[in-house]
Amino acid sequence: MNLRKFAVVAAVATFALGLSACGKEGTPTPSGDSGQTGAATSDACTSSGTTFTPASSVTLTGSPTYDKIKAAKKVVVGVKFDQPNLGYKDASGKRCGFDIEMAQMIASKLGVDPANIEYKEIASANRETAIKGGEIDYYVGTYSITDKRKKDVSFAGPYFIAAQDLLVRKDESAITGSDTLKGKKVCSATGSTPIQRVRDQKLTEDSNIVEFKTYSECVSQLLDKKVDAVTTDDAILKGYAAQNQSQLKVVGKPFIDPKTGKPYPEKYGIGLAHDDKALRDFVNAALESAFSDGTWQKIYDGTLGKSGSPASPPALEKY
Amino acid sequence: MGEFFHTLTDNSDIFVRAFKTTIELFLIGAIGALILGTLLGAMRVSPIPVLRAVGTTYVQLIRNTPLTLVFALLVFAVPKLGVNLDYFTSAYVALIAYTGAFVCEAVRSGINTVPAGQGEAARALGMTFNQVLGSIVLPQAFRAIVPPLMSIFIALMKNTTIAAGFSVLEAGALQPYLSERSQNQTYVLLWITLFFLLLIVPLIGLQRVLERRWKVAR
Amino acid sequence: MTTAALYDQPGPRAIARNQIFGVVSGVAVLALLAWIVYRFYDTGQFDSIKWQQFQYKAVQQELLDGYLTTLKVAGIAAIGALVFGALFAAGRLSDYRLVRAPATFVVELFRAIPLLVLIFFAYYVPLQYGFPFDKMWALVIGLVLYNGSVLAEIFRAGMLAVPYGQSEAGYAVGLRKTQVMTLILLPQAVRAMLPAIVSQLVVLLKDTALGFIINYPELLFVGKQIGGRLVFGLPYVPTYLIVAAIYIATCGLLSLLAYWLQRRLIRGKSQKTAAAPVPITMEPGSIGPTGSSVG
Repeated sequence: MNLRKFAVVAAVATFALGLSACGKEGTPTPSGDSGQTGAATSDACTSSGTTFTPASSVTLTGSPTYDKIKAAKKVVVGVKFDQPNLGYKDASGKRCGFDIEMAQMIASKLGVDPANIEYKEIASANRETAIKGGEIDYYVGTYSITDKRKKDVSFAGPYFIAAQDLLVRKDESAITGSDTLKGKKVCSATGSTPIQRVRDQKLTEDSNIVEFKTYSECVSQLLDKKVDAVTTDDAILKGYAAQNQSQLKVVGKPFIDPKTGKPYPEKYGIGLAHDDKALRDFVNAALESAFSDGTWQKIYDGTLGKSGSPASPPALEKY
Repeated sequence: MGEFFHTLTDNSDIFVRAFKTTIELFLIGAIGALILGTLLGAMRVSPIPVLRAVGTTYVQLIRNTPLTLVFALLVFAVPKLGVNLDYFTSAYVALIAYTGAFVCEAVRSGINTVPAGQGEAARALGMTFNQVLGSIVLPQAFRAIVPPLMSIFIALMKNTTIAAGFSVLEAGALQPYLSERSQNQTYVLLWITLFFLLLIVPLIGLQRVLERRWKVAR
Repeated sequence: MTTAALYDQPGPRAIARNQIFGVVSGVAVLALLAWIVYRFYDTGQFDSIKWQQFQYKAVQQELLDGYLTTLKVAGIAAIGALVFGALFAAGRLSDYRLVRAPATFVVELFRAIPLLVLIFFAYYVPLQYGFPFDKMWALVIGLVLYNGSVLAEIFRAGMLAVPYGQSEAGYAVGLRKTQVMTLILLPQAVRAMLPAIVSQLVVLLKDTALGFIINYPELLFVGKQIGGRLVFGLPYVPTYLIVAAIYIATCGLLSLLAYWLQRRLIRGKSQKTAAAPVPITMEPGSIGPTGSSVG
C-alpha cells in the first residue's frame, strides 16, 4: 500500500509541476549545439511580406460554395501543417508557406480577410472526401491535379509545377534516381500520387513500400535507417533537406516520363467542389492576375524560393 | 447493389491480403501473449520479491497506456536503441507486449480460484514451487482462466486494426488504401465490418459455450 | 486462495537460493534499463535540442490543449456511454422478447466491431453523403457505441448479481417489476458495479488515442506533431515518453480509484448490499458475456 500511496503522490506532483507552466515565451527556436542534427534553422514562421487586402466588392454568382462563404463571413481551407516553406505550422501555432499564402490570396479575392480563415489539417488520403462532403471550401496543399481525382473534385490552376524526386541520407551513394530503387525501402504519405506511381511502375518491390500519414514520420524513419528513401515532390523534399543539411540531401534527378522524356509534372492545383464551375473560373481569374501583377513571384521568392531554385508562373489549365 | 459487390470483387486481392495479415497478426499475437502472460503471471506469484516487483510494474505500466502509444514507441523509439524491426514485426511485438499484461492478470485471478487446500496438499507431498504450479494449480486454474482469456483474444483480434496507422496493410488500413483508389467508402467499410463479424462472432460463441460448460463455483 | 499457499515458508537453503535468484534477476533488470538509457544517450535522445521545445510556453500549451481535448472527449463519451449502457441493459433485462432480442443484437454487434472501424463509419460515411460530422463527434459516437455496449453488460451483470431473494421479497410485498428494479435492485447493484464501471471508463480514456487516425487533435496526435518538427531533431522519443507519462499518470489515478472503490465495497459488503462485486474488467475492452468472469 505504501507503494500505491507513493505512486499517487508522484502522479499528482507530476501534474502540479506540469501545470505550473514555468515556460519561456515566444516562438521556440533551436539554439546551441545541435548534436546530431546539423545546422538547424529557425522553426519560426516568416512570411513573404505580401499583404492581402480583402476585395471590397466581389461579383461571383452561381457558386454554392461562395454563397456559403459569404453567409458565414469566413472561409474554411484545407492545408498541410508539416511541409516547410509550403504548408507549415510552427511551434507557436503560426502558419506560413507558399500554399498558405496562396490560400490567403484567394481568400482576400473572395472578400474575406486572411484573419478570418479557418484552417483545417487534412491528410493526403482524405482530401477528396473532405471537399465532397463540404467540410472545407477549398484545399491548397501540394494537391496534384490528376484525371482520376477530377472525377471527385475539380481544380483551378495549376499554380506551381513540381517534379517527383527522392530524399536520401547524406551518405547514400547507391540511390541515384528512380531506376535504382529495387531492393530499397521507399516511404511516402498514404494516398499521395508519388507512391502510387512507385507502386504502379513497380519501381521497387511491393513489400518495400512504406506509407505513413505524414512526411515527417517518413523522414524520421529515413534518419533511423528503417527506410532508404522518401519520395514526393521536390518542392516538399527541398524544404526538409534545408532543415537538416548535414544529414539529408535531395537526389536531384526528377522521375522522367518515358513517353515524353520530360519529368512527370506534379501540377499543384486548388481543390474545389466538382460541380462549382463559377468558383473555378473565379479562382482561375484570381490566379491569372496574381501571375501577371507580380504577386505570385513575390510570394514564391519569399517562401519556396528560399530553398534554392528560381521559378516562374505556370500556364493555367482551364476547363 | 451491383456496385456493392463490385467493391469487393474488384479489390478481392487486396481484401484477401489485408485479412490474411490480420489473421497472422492475431495468431502470432495470441501465442506470444499467452507465453508472455504466463511468464509474467508466474513472476508475480513467485517467492522472489524482485521478480514480483518487475512483473507488477510492467503490468501496471502497460495497463495504463493506450495500445496506440505502445505501437508508436515501438516504431519510433525502439529503432533508436539500434534494434531494427520491420513494420510487421513491430506490430506483433506491440500486440504481444500489450496483450501479455492482460493475460497475466487473467492467469493470476484464475490461480486465485483454486482452493488453498490444493496447494497445501501439494506442498505436504514435498513438491517444489514449479511442481505445485505446473502440475496441480495451473491445470485446475485453467477452467477459470479460459473465459476471460477468450475476451482478451477477441479484443486482440479487434486491436490488430491499430497496426493500420503504422504502415501494416491489414484490415484497418483497407479504408485509406481503397479510398486512394476512389472506391465507395461506405461499401468498403461495410465489407470490412462483415468480415470482422465473420471472424469474431465464432470466437464469442466459443466463449459462451466454454463459460457455460466450465462454470466455476466461487 | 492466497498465492502464498503456493510455496512453503522458505527454509535456510531456500532463503539463500531465493536471495541469489533475486540478486541475479535484479542485476539483469538493472542492466537492461542501463542499456536502454545508454542507447538513447548514444543516439542523441538526451541532446538538449530534442528537449528544447518543452521549455517554451507555446509547446507546453500545445500539450495541455491536447490533454484537455482528450479529457473533453472522454468526458462526453463517458456520459453518452453510461446513458447508452443503462438503456440497453434495461432492454436486455426486459420481459418482452420484442425488446430483449433487438437490444441483445445491438449490444453484441457493437462489441464485435473494432473501435477503429466504428470511428471510420462515424466519420467517413456521413462525409461521403454530404453532411460531415465534426471529428470530435465521430470519435464520441464510436466510443459511445462500443463502451456503451460493454457498460450495458456490466449493468446487467450487476443487476443479476443481487441475490434473487431480494427481488423475491420485493415481489412478495406486491411491488411490480419496474419498482423492484429501481427501488431494490438498482441501489444495491450500483455499489457492486462501481469498480467495473470506473475501470471501463479508464479503457474509454485510453481509446480516445485512436482519434489520431482521423487527425483529431487529442493528446497522441499533438505529440506526433511536436515530435515531427525536423528543426528540433525529430524528437519523437522525448515527446512520446512525456505523453506516455501523462497517460499513465491519468489512467493510473483512475485505476487506483477503481481499486479503492472495490476494497471499500468488500469491506462494507455485509452492511450495505448483498450483491457480490462485479469483477473489474480483466482485459482490454470487454468482460465475459455473463459478467461472471474471474473475480
